[in-house]
Amino acid sequence: MPGARFWRSASIRLAALYAILFAVSAGAMTGVLWWSTSHLLNQTVDSAIVTDARALSVYWANGGEAEMSQAINDRMLGDIDDVSIYLLADDAYHPKIGNLLAWPPGVDRTDVYYEFPIARAGQRSVVRVRYWDLPNGYHLLIGRDVQARAQLRDVLASSLAWGLLLLVGLGTVGGVLVRVVLARMLANVSVTARAIAAGDLSRRVKLSKRGDEFDELAVTINDMLDRISRLMDGVLQVSNAIAHDLRTPITRARARLEDANRDDASVESLRSAIDRATSDLDGAVAVFQALLRIAEIESGARRSAFATIDLVPVLTDLAELYEAVADESGKKFKLTLPPLSGRAHSAQATLTTYGDRDMIQQALANLLDNALKYSPPGASVELRAARDGTDVRIDVIDQGPGMSDADMKRATERFFRAEAARNSPGSGLGLALVQAVALLHGRDLALSHGNPGLVATLRLPRAKLVVGEDGAAQPNAPQAKAAHV
Amino acid sequence: MRILVVEDDRDVAGFVVKGLREAGHTVEHVDNGRDGLFLAASETFDAIILDRMLPGGVDGVRLLETLRAQQITTSVLFLSALSGVDDRVRGLRAGGDDYLTKPFAFSELLARVEALSRRGRAEVPATKLAVADLEVDLLSRTVKRSGQKIDLQPREFRLLEFLARHAGQVVTRTMLLEGVWDYHFDPQTNVIDVHVSRLRQKVDKPFGSALIHTVRNAGYMLRAE
Repeated sequence: MPGARFWRSASIRLAALYAILFAVSAGAMTGVLWWSTSHLLNQTVDSAIVTDARALSVYWANGGEAEMSQAINDRMLGDIDDVSIYLLADDAYHPKIGNLLAWPPGVDRTDVYYEFPIARAGQRSVVRVRYWDLPNGYHLLIGRDVQARAQLRDVLASSLAWGLLLLVGLGTVGGVLVRVVLARMLANVSVTARAIAAGDLSRRVKLSKRGDEFDELAVTINDMLDRISRLMDGVLQVSNAIAHDLRTPITRARARLEDANRDDASVESLRSAIDRATSDLDGAVAVFQALLRIAEIESGARRSAFATIDLVPVLTDLAELYEAVADESGKKFKLTLPPLSGRAHSAQATLTTYGDRDMIQQALANLLDNALKYSPPGASVELRAARDGTDVRIDVIDQGPGMSDADMKRATERFFRAEAARNSPGSGLGLALVQAVALLHGRDLALSHGNPGLVATLRLPRAKLVVGEDGAAQPNAPQAKAAHV
Repeated sequence: MRILVVEDDRDVAGFVVKGLREAGHTVEHVDNGRDGLFLAASETFDAIILDRMLPGGVDGVRLLETLRAQQITTSVLFLSALSGVDDRVRGLRAGGDDYLTKPFAFSELLARVEALSRRGRAEVPATKLAVADLEVDLLSRTVKRSGQKIDLQPREFRLLEFLARHAGQVVTRTMLLEGVWDYHFDPQTNVIDVHVSRLRQKVDKPFGSALIHTVRNAGYMLRAE
């Protein structure tokens, strides 16, 4: 149905709504104008009639009918505009003098004004009259021609009608114009959206450079599309990496088992092949496990396990765990904690955060694993923690080969491995997990040059340990910054 | 030990049952939750190995909750493909004593099940643990071997205590990481080996004979020669 389609257009509906709104307000304005003007005109006419009646009644008091007739005659002669109506009638309402031929029918009360149409000098007109009783049964009727008021009303009414007509016309044209403009602006968006839906993720909404609302919408949509395409790239990249990183150990395991299945294999070689295949499969499982863990962290589900925790024992325990490892491989290990706080009752420095202890431990363990793995013998690894504004800043500093700027940018991607690290064992998921943990806590992981070596900086939100009335520590969660995952 | 295995995957169940029997245990196996609940409630076991996802309308967590509601305190080890941190917490909260995710190494399963048997017994809080000529005093937190005092760091003491509590049993690296350090992840480096080797330097080396033994492909064991 074309009618229904017409009304489905938002611009036509908008134009119609606008026209109706305008018509109603124009009508109301004209009404008010009409009402106040006619009211004013009536008041003027009424007071002129009353004044006239008072003046004429003086003549009657002075000289009776003859004097009044003379005065009325004078007034009729002096009325150049021909707007005054006079009629003096006897007790039987027969006209004595005046410019009405007969007493108008229906005029029988002295306390109200009457309005009626008459024909005067061949022209139709409207008059407003009132009459008074005089002594001896005489009646005096005085009135004014109010055709001018009627003309004003007609002008107002017809201009309103023409105005409405004009409004409908202009409204329709405007609606159509708006529709055309809107359609052109939205076509830009819908063409892009359709292209995206069809699979072309590179398409973007064009900007008009006017910087208007449509451009704002276009920028928002483009940002959204950029994010979607980044996510898609991520998924694709991870799928490829999974395919590669899981295929490799599985292929190796398969090859070993097939090789071991040869007829001339000895029991020892069989055992060793099976052991190595098992450890290859364990490697694949570890990759799975790490991927699942990262996904679990990124989903944000771990946030329910957040608590206020003191990082000092966490760091001390980790340092103790890894110091032995460093020692064993001829490396030095150093733990630096912030200085003791001045308060007398706290025997220990506190470094409080609001988060997930297990996740933080694992993130730091990954950083320390890396630092020790890439450090040459004799080098030192430092674990350093400090308060930094609203953050707790934890640095893991090594003196290994470091990373190039390009590698740093990509280091937290899943499965990314720097060229130099290709030959050492690892899945390329360690830093991705640390980054996920940092984002879970609303902060991030930053890598920088240590000259020599690498500095990995993990930031966590600082929380205050509020000691409640019962002496128990109350968690005081800081405002978590929105986590981008 | 008398062990009940509730596991619906036939291959996994067969592998577990065979391994446990070879290790000298008596094993009953059922492949669904309802039979598992019936058997666990009507007979006495030292430990139950329980899958989380089971056919028959009664899953592992429900089975365990029902058992615990009936005051049956048999040690339970969950064996599950659900590996999330929350899955683990849910399993332990339902009354599980340990949680092992699939895929797993049989040596890890065996070590954990055998460790459970100790836990199941109504332990009189021991104040002293003794293995051969090694004495671990839990009150004064001192260690003596052949009457000679050994100085240990607090963490080394806890490591030795853990080994001594499970004397004669295999203790895996993961069990040590969880039991001594309370870490629930696997570090890439061989941190546990380093710490055990340090402990050996103090406990074994000066005395000529070894008490801390490495069990190939499994972990460690504290025992008299």
